Amino acid sequence: MDTPRLEMRGIAKEYFGNRVLKGVNLRVGPGEILSIVGENGAGKSTLMNILFGMPVIHNTGGFEGEILFDGAPISIRSPQQAVELGIGMVHQEFMLLPGFSITENIKLNRELTRPNLLSRLCGPKLEHLDMPAMRSDSRASLDRMGMSIDEMLPVAGLPVGHMQFVEIARELDKKKTRLLVLDEPTAVLTESEAQVLLNAMRSLAAQGISLIFITHRLDEVVQVSDGITVLRDGEQVADLSPRETSVGHLAELMVGRKLEAVGCDGCAPSPRTDQVLLRLEHLEVDMPGEMVKDLSLEVFQGEILGLGGLAGHGKVGVANGVMGMYPARGIMAIEGTPLPLGHTLEALRSGLAFVSEDRRGVGLLLEESIEMNVAAPAMQSQEKFLRKVGPRGFQFSIMDRRAMRRHAERFIEELDIRCTGPEQIVRRLSGGNQQKVCIAKALTLEPRILFVSEPTRGIDVGAKKIVLDLLVRLNREHGVTVVVTSSELAELRSICDRIAIVCEGRLEGILPPDASDRDFGLLMAGEKSHRGRDAEGPSHLSGSCGQGSGQGSKEESPCS
Amino acid sequence: MLLNALPSPEGGESFGDRLGAAVRDFGIPRIIILGFLGVLLATAVSLRLPMGQLFGNILTRFGMNGILVLAMIPSIQSGTGPNFALPLGVTCGIVASTLSIELDLRGFTAFFFAVGVAIPLGAISGYLYGVFQNKVKGQELTVGTYFGFSVVSLMCIFWTVVPYKSPEMIWPYGGSGLRVTITLTNRFAQVLDGFMSFKIGTMTVPTGLLLFFGMFCALLALFLRSKTGVAMMMVGSNPRYAESAGLNVDKYRIIGSVVSQALGAVGIIVYAQSFGFIQLYLAPLFMAFFAVASVLIGGASLRRATVWHVLIGTFLFQAILVVSMPVANKVVADNLAEVIRIIVSNGIILYALTRKEAGVDVR
Amino acid sequence: MTTPQQDHLGSSGDPRKRFDVMEALRRNVVPLLFTVLCVVGAYYSGLTLPFLINEIIVRMARNSFLVISLIIPILAGMGLNFGIVLGAMAGQFAFIATANWEIGGFVGLILTVILSIPLAILFGWLTGKLFNNSKGKEMITGIILGFFANGVYQFICLYILGNFIPIRVASMLIPGGIGLRNTIDLKQIHYALDNIWKISISFGSGVPVTIPVVTLLVIVALCVGMVLLFKTKLGQDFRAVGQNRHIAEVAGIPVDRVRVLAIIFSTVLAALGQIIFLQNLGNMNTYGSHVQVGTFAVAAILIGGASVSKATIGQALMGILLFHTLFIVSPLAGKNLLGNVQVGEFFRVFVAYGVIGVALALHAWQGVRRKKGGA
Repeated sequence: MDTPRLEMRGIAKEYFGNRVLKGVNLRVGPGEILSIVGENGAGKSTLMNILFGMPVIHNTGGFEGEILFDGAPISIRSPQQAVELGIGMVHQEFMLLPGFSITENIKLNRELTRPNLLSRLCGPKLEHLDMPAMRSDSRASLDRMGMSIDEMLPVAGLPVGHMQFVEIARELDKKKTRLLVLDEPTAVLTESEAQVLLNAMRSLAAQGISLIFITHRLDEVVQVSDGITVLRDGEQVADLSPRETSVGHLAELMVGRKLEAVGCDGCAPSPRTDQVLLRLEHLEVDMPGEMVKDLSLEVFQGEILGLGGLAGHGKVGVANGVMGMYPARGIMAIEGTPLPLGHTLEALRSGLAFVSEDRRGVGLLLEESIEMNVAAPAMQSQEKFLRKVGPRGFQFSIMDRRAMRRHAERFIEELDIRCTGPEQIVRRLSGGNQQKVCIAKALTLEPRILFVSEPTRGIDVGAKKIVLDLLVRLNREHGVTVVVTSSELAELRSICDRIAIVCEGRLEGILPPDASDRDFGLLMAGEKSHRGRDAEGPSHLSGSCGQGSGQGSKEESPCS
Repeated sequence: MLLNALPSPEGGESFGDRLGAAVRDFGIPRIIILGFLGVLLATAVSLRLPMGQLFGNILTRFGMNGILVLAMIPSIQSGTGPNFALPLGVTCGIVASTLSIELDLRGFTAFFFAVGVAIPLGAISGYLYGVFQNKVKGQELTVGTYFGFSVVSLMCIFWTVVPYKSPEMIWPYGGSGLRVTITLTNRFAQVLDGFMSFKIGTMTVPTGLLLFFGMFCALLALFLRSKTGVAMMMVGSNPRYAESAGLNVDKYRIIGSVVSQALGAVGIIVYAQSFGFIQLYLAPLFMAFFAVASVLIGGASLRRATVWHVLIGTFLFQAILVVSMPVANKVVADNLAEVIRIIVSNGIILYALTRKEAGVDVR
Repeated sequence: MTTPQQDHLGSSGDPRKRFDVMEALRRNVVPLLFTVLCVVGAYYSGLTLPFLINEIIVRMARNSFLVISLIIPILAGMGLNFGIVLGAMAGQFAFIATANWEIGGFVGLILTVILSIPLAILFGWLTGKLFNNSKGKEMITGIILGFFANGVYQFICLYILGNFIPIRVASMLIPGGIGLRNTIDLKQIHYALDNIWKISISFGSGVPVTIPVVTLLVIVALCVGMVLLFKTKLGQDFRAVGQNRHIAEVAGIPVDRVRVLAIIFSTVLAALGQIIFLQNLGNMNTYGSHVQVGTFAVAAILIGGASVSKATIGQALMGILLFHTLFIVSPLAGKNLLGNVQVGEFFRVFVAYGVIGVALALHAWQGVRRKKGGA
């Protein structure tokens, strides 16, 4: 067998005592395409950060394991070094300057120059750009992918698919590039554009370039890869060849059942009824990065409903749209009474409350006290914590500091917020305690439906359990209907009555928390609708699901 | 993190740590300014300058500038930053004052008439400016500065063509337009300063002026604690939070502008009655900068200001100006006080601009 | 894959051409408006054309450098550099030195230039550092920095010079006091550049039009140099940083350094500009010559059609032409139209401030709209 282009052996990495990679091995041969699949947080980006020698890795104590490039052990200390070795990266977000032409973007900071009189005096910064040479280089890179687009066009106004190609051309133009990492390159593309990209990838591989392909679209993985590595929770769950696997199998491997149980196991069942409390029809939300395109959903009185799905597919957009934080269209009704979308105040007064996923950006007044944070929204929308002052006839209301203090003290005790007192500035609290302040703020509104987005993001393990327990207690003891949005499926499965999976801005399906890993995986990867759309028939939809579960459940992955 | 947040059993941190933290909170420039004031005072004492008179001057200048500085609070609190467009409100106040002279009013009548006209004028212009300001979010400081300059220069044309007849305001020997400086001696000069004023030794206390200023401080403090005031604070410290609480961000920014410009309009009238003159044409051009500097010296940031910041800042700034003048006269040359004012006021604004603000809209 | 792209271009090609007239009008609405104002003003001012042309040439020669010095920071994404006031100060300090040594003529001019450059580089470096600490707020920082620096400048001229740094020429000092006088005579350097080669063209009976050839040549050289600069690696870096700091950073461009360099270039050009300005004027208002430099230069380039993020040399030159024509004609036009010289004078001050205010507001407004639209 040939020397592999890249080999990573026993890669392990710890962030502050948290093991995010637990001994990963991978190898890519020359002209091979290796796909890496995994959920959000499975360790894919950490692995790539290690490969690129990102400062974040070295600032947090480095990593274990070794990297071989063309058979020689190397240590990559910086991205520049990675580039020099011939490793190229195409980022998820475009790194293109809209006002520059395609050529100028391809050659950004690697411009070809010719010395002149002044540059000999003052240094190479004043050398002239050699535009014809830059053009012909760019032309060559574009041609390698079969792109006939004019290399002098400005990037602004290009279709998204073309921008992706310009990004790749930039990497190809680095003459040394022998390994190309593509981080979710098809996420922003339409299916036909994606197909063109996959073809281009194959043709690059045929020219001897090795590719690492990171994606959530499992059908593309099966279609294009020479090898597939599945990561889950930092562990390498499987190394497969596309021939020996299927989309269903991959989905199952990707999700897996996580061991740690959080939330409330032994407590009473939720006070769920069959009455529809909130109905959403054809909801569209214009939230950048989390677009909701056409989503219909019913929330039952008294239940805990989970909203799951991959990052960027729109699950976070649902609550934001309902609460009027982003422009939204569609129909919303509470107990049959229609409610306008896009009116936060109306939503609050109708008994909806929202704990935002962006705790520091939306959820808190960081420079204000706990009592102010907790009381302010209720004061504005429900006239609480106000008292009248002034002589008769000239009365006006000012805030009632004492009532706010009492109220905050009650919540500090009830939710166990660790602080020096109600007047402590919120910025000084830990993440978990900040989250509790956010929840206390929402509870002060005495909501009928509580929307909670990413309640455990960025808080430590112990605090996670407390926050989840709190949600369950609210539901059981106070009968509050809760809609939890979370990227951690395990967390949803531990507390929810039903879990709705959102994919590409649409409701992909609703599952009970004890449904199989495979079913969750397939829904999250959007396989159902992909197949459904291809075949244009619902019969095929159930067929693919059945076929998948029949095939993969017994198969043990080679690594586990 | 958790442990840190718990109340420590017996003071916890050492005195040194606390002092360090207090110094950081207070800010290096403020310490420099305090130190500078200390040196000035010591020099003044050693030069045997009339301290009583100096302190009396400080009190007067404190009261006469105070309301102009108060005008910074609503704009800072509502998230539009220090109000560099203050000349707009100031212009309204000047128009109201000249109107009271044109109508031949005198004494308290003239003063309260001017204030009564200035407040709605300031409020209307504040509303219009607020609507405009909402279209230029993120650039309020730069746009405000040049908006203020434009208003002042446009008003220069107004002063040259306004058909006032009062002989106190027009040039004595013909020529169109108003005088550059209008004397208020027979109008409402010192009506507040003189009201119930008394002397302690050589120090004159301008009771009426301080009471009037105190009343505005109290009213503004109450306003800041009202439902609207709290909403304004929410909008200013985190607009996204305010939106999530159902508030209309633009509306509260406009309210901030209205209150700010109205205060600016009243402020200049109080200033003029103490000063004894109304200055027209380009005089209001730099009004905003001294008010901004004052509130920043008091400890405010570009996003947070309280009545206390105004009181402390105005006092410190005016104290430096008042004391530095005779000291500089004796020690070096006459113009130094003016130079110090320019350096101190702009230095503190630069400091505030280059400081990383915590808790700003994270997106 | 490429067909839709070509289709897209093909289909949009024709309508775009038809729209061009409207688009061009809209894009140049500011210069067009001011051209109309200038023509109307020139008509009512009653000035003769040769006189007007003479005045315009003098002012173009005086101000070009100052206005052109704004271009680099605009393209580097730092907005209108109000900090060029510091460059002007560097030029004036250099003049104070040469006036003190009583070195005149062309040699004196060259010496002044040589002295001003290191000072300007130092000031530019400090300004750049400051701007890097206030990213996104460069313009207001520049405005305030100008005021602050003016305070320090006054302090130096009033109390340091003549006190700690001896001044030999007694006539430069305030009689009986310390510190520099309000006006410093630069007679020795007056027209040192302009007078090297002057051409006079007379139109019949009127005043002959005089052209300071060398000064204009220097300005042409600057314009050519500016065009060439933006064809170099450094120029490309300026543009890249100006479009998006983050992407430039990721591509490995040392963003902070490039920004500081942009400000240094600008400050040095402003220093040279102030020197050319003063050699033409022949005397220096110690405490006033530099104060309005930033405002007037910024107003001029904006009137020429530049914006906070886009500027060309053509716009700079056009702006100087229009702004200074307005400056020359507005007092007389005000007098003839309204019977009041002052109105015209105040009007031009208002134009300077108003144009800057409107341009800044438009820029901010576009930013807000982009944020909303791009979301």
